Amino acid sequence: CVCVCVYRPVLAKAIHSLSRIGDELYVEPQEDGLALRSVNSSRSAYACFLFAPLFFSRYTVPRGHTFRCKMAIKSVQAVFRSLASLEKTVEKCHIELDEQKNRLTFTLHCKHGLLKTHNLSFQDSESLQAVFDKDSYANVFRSNPRLLVDTVVLFPPSLEEVTVSVNDERMWVRNHVEEEDQSKAMLTELCLAADEFDHFAVQTHNSVTFCLKELRGLLVFAESVGLPISMYFDEPGSPVVLSVTDSVLEGNFVLATLSDDPNNRKNNSRRAHTPPPPPDDFMNDDIDAYLIAMDTSIAPGPSATGPPTTALAASTCSKQPAAANHRTRLHSEEEEEEAGGRGNG
Amino acid sequence: MKFRGKIVDVACLNHFTRVITTVSRLTKTCVLRLTPDNLLFVLSGKVADGGVSMWCELSQANFFDEYQMEGVSSEDNEICLEVTPENLSRALKTVQNAKAVKVKLTKKHCPCLTIAAELPTLSSVSRVVTHDVPVDVIPRRLWHEFKEPSMPDFDVSVYLPPLKTMKNVVDRMKNLSNFLVMEANLSGEMNLKIETDLVSVTTHFKDLGNPPLRALEALVLDLVCLSSSSSLASTDLPPLPPGDDASQDGGPSQSRDPEAMAQARVDIRKLQQFLMGQQVNPSKAMCNIVHERVVHLILLHEDVSLQYFIPAVA
Repeated sequence: CVCVCVYRPVLAKAIHSLSRIGDELYVEPQEDGLALRSVNSSRSAYACFLFAPLFFSRYTVPRGHTFRCKMAIKSVQAVFRSLASLEKTVEKCHIELDEQKNRLTFTLHCKHGLLKTHNLSFQDSESLQAVFDKDSYANVFRSNPRLLVDTVVLFPPSLEEVTVSVNDERMWVRNHVEEEDQSKAMLTELCLAADEFDHFAVQTHNSVTFCLKELRGLLVFAESVGLPISMYFDEPGSPVVLSVTDSVLEGNFVLATLSDDPNNRKNNSRRAHTPPPPPDDFMNDDIDAYLIAMDTSIAPGPSATGPPTTALAASTCSKQPAAANHRTRLHSEEEEEEAGGRGNG
Repeated sequence: MKFRGKIVDVACLNHFTRVITTVSRLTKTCVLRLTPDNLLFVLSGKVADGGVSMWCELSQANFFDEYQMEGVSSEDNEICLEVTPENLSRALKTVQNAKAVKVKLTKKHCPCLTIAAELPTLSSVSRVVTHDVPVDVIPRRLWHEFKEPSMPDFDVSVYLPPLKTMKNVVDRMKNLSNFLVMEANLSGEMNLKIETDLVSVTTHFKDLGNPPLRALEALVLDLVCLSSSSSLASTDLPPLPPGDDASQDGGPSQSRDPEAMAQARVDIRKLQQFLMGQQVNPSKAMCNIVHERVVHLILLHEDVSLQYFIPAVA
């Protein structure tokens, strides 16, 4: 696979924001573009940037052959280390994947005829693709990234989790505190009006709790490239998806949410009315409650090559392993049956 | 028990935030006493802290546009809370550009000081942010522990050198020793000394000046004239040194040799902590030393006074 593009800072910025999620970069040249993905170790946060072929001045992918690899994201970051000087000196960026030699080569064509070549070795990897369908989610919002940045700055940098609640006209963002810590913890809450958003569509008055840390990478990215952020969420337990898009690029950050939020029930009088929690109670073990279903078939088998949005809605792994395995197995089985096709709707 | 205050002036908000941030650098928790006229941040020296005490007094009228409180009872018209100033500081820092900031005593999941602000936006509706800072109410029977410290019967009172210079010196000395000797005399000289088996280092300061006898009262009077609030009664001044009439005429006795140094050996980290916390240059900064007993540091700003007591160690 070969891609060449006029160097644009957004490529380096995307890589930097993926590094805030996980330690490894998954690279998959697809027919619909170059996919760069990352996932965190607990599998509760996933991000994918898809650069369409039009982003590149030349984009060649070997036909009918899927290839994926992964490498330490730090090595790729080293190629794009200093954003400011890159912008001034790099004119063209040439990316070449050599399957035989297990080598990914970045060649930066710089001013004055200088060529910087970075050879990175990679490993074969399993497919990494979160299963989610943001278009089916009940609540959709879009705003200038500044709004979210201004919101996040109200919370301490060390804050782990936030809870977002909505009703028809308002969104509340507050820090999430575990029950044991409540007596001493400082609670911060921000109330945003619907007209601060470019788009604010609520079908169900819900509250979702997710990890803020991994989101910050997306906020920095969106603000620096000036793209609006769309946010999609549904029931507690379903992941929250944040996206940035332009004509040649789509970035999706998928964050798992707590499947049962005790705060919802306690604070009903102050907050939007929330629906009853889902039948399985995942409260006891937070790690489990945070897992989202990941599609992890072994490479290089057939994978769902279509864009992620057409796949099934995600679900959390439960404490009852049988149910979880059943769900994840379900995705894999479907894939084996339908080579390169889509899952059942 | 009720408390509700509102700050609308951006400079007042900024100043208030800086005072609380300074307090937060001096101690992790302290007591906040709310009276009809003042806010007082008090740390009473306990053995656990190595006996450091702090007394920081703000006149509420200089900060709050609206201020209403109802204390525990009409005789004890005061509210006493244990707070973590760092939380207050963090909360206030996020609302510096607010149109108005309200501070209220509330009961949420526990007693809280709630800081609520309307942040400016481009839309018709403001963004409202609330921070609930948990506090502990201190029962009346314990109030006696947080009374204003009495002025020690000091031996020497001297103006401090520029705090930044002191901080630089102390920072470097800290690398060499855990204890530092502060000494000063009535000729405006101060020395900071450390001594270890390997090395001894002394920094000398000259021509610092000594506050006039009956120092503190005179200085506070100076400041009262400067500040806009003209209704301060004498009860608002810190108390004079207790003790016999002879010393009432002026703290250190008249017959003290002006060259004689009064000294105290203190834990260097306590002094460093005090110096690190200061964000603004005070109008007046001075130090009273009770020989081998305590170092009493006093900083006076326009509308805030801060006193810090560091006990001497053997």
